Amino acid sequence: MSADHSLNRRAVVKSLLSNRGDMLVVAGLGQCTYDCFAAGDDPRTFYLWGAMGGAVPVGLGMAIAQPERRVMVITGDGELLMGLGSLATVAAKAPNNMAVVVLDNERYGETGQQPTHTAMGTDLAGVARAAGFKSALVIADESGLPAAIMAAREAPGPVLVVVKVSAAPEPRALPPTDGAYLKHRFREAVVGKATV
Amino acid sequence: MTEWQDDIHRILRDADIRQVCYVPDAGHSRLIELCEADPAISSTLLSTEEEGVAHLAGAWLGGQKGALLMQSSGVGNCINMLSLTKTCAFPLLMLITMRGEWGEFNPWQVPMGSTTQQHLELAGCKVYRCDAPGEVAETIGTGARFCWYTSSAVAVLLGQRLIGAKIFVEDGR
Repeated sequence: MSADHSLNRRAVVKSLLSNRGDMLVVAGLGQCTYDCFAAGDDPRTFYLWGAMGGAVPVGLGMAIAQPERRVMVITGDGELLMGLGSLATVAAKAPNNMAVVVLDNERYGETGQQPTHTAMGTDLAGVARAAGFKSALVIADESGLPAAIMAAREAPGPVLVVVKVSAAPEPRALPPTDGAYLKHRFREAVVGKATV
Repeated sequence: MTEWQDDIHRILRDADIRQVCYVPDAGHSRLIELCEADPAISSTLLSTEEEGVAHLAGAWLGGQKGALLMQSSGVGNCINMLSLTKTCAFPLLMLITMRGEWGEFNPWQVPMGSTTQQHLELAGCKVYRCDAPGEVAETIGTGARFCWYTSSAVAVLLGQRLIGAKIFVEDGR
């Protein structure tokens, strides 16, 4: 198993989402959902509590529907590994408003800290680049953080940013689990009350 | 042979469907061409069907309606992702071309094709079915309305008898 990394996931997400403007966020299940909630709840963040492997495709459908807004998917290495093919789908569609941030702790944090494939050498930025993403980068310490935030917030998409983060557990910060509520408040904040 | 596919495209247009996701399938080939050529529809080629379930949830969150096109073998790939649709009550319209039934030659298609409807119903989807060209427009139009007005997952199965069974023979025979 690889060594732990120094960056704190909560601090990284807080920086990614500060002064977020009209950006839309999709949070992958598990700790990324807790991190995004801990950074400050917002109806324009759609928290996933399941649907493992679905964070990137949710972001793609959203990015196509809302081409004038930045869409940022914040997810984990384990969640993304379950839907790696979705990176090829995003690359083929090439939405210039979409960013994927992978908080890579090299662990399945929800199930007992078992190592993921990234602990054994899988390079998710390399996968994204080979799939055809416009750009992809990896950062592993504070010095890389400004470039990572700039890329995730402003670089022409599709862009993927891998942030190597510490596997140390954070306090639980739990957003609502009611999916219909999360859906309604997101839509009302983004497109208004109309339903059909 | 392809007129019913033109009917489906017209219904999708009339329903203001703006995104179509698909894994290619021979039975949907004409409809995929029509959607790809339509500037009012953004078409997305998927690497696996469950991406489409999540994709159209994202489209709905962003204010757009969509439809997912796949073959019956893809339904099995979607099962866990359909928990997103059910838990959040997302509308989801799926148009599914059937294999493994009428005139099938390939036994590997049978396990999924012969249980498609049951899988979908267990996953919380309303299932409609068409076996004749004349049924297609009314059934999909009705299914689409049910989907949007009740925020439900709806699958319309397009039977192998409608599509025409695929025939394989060895070269030279």
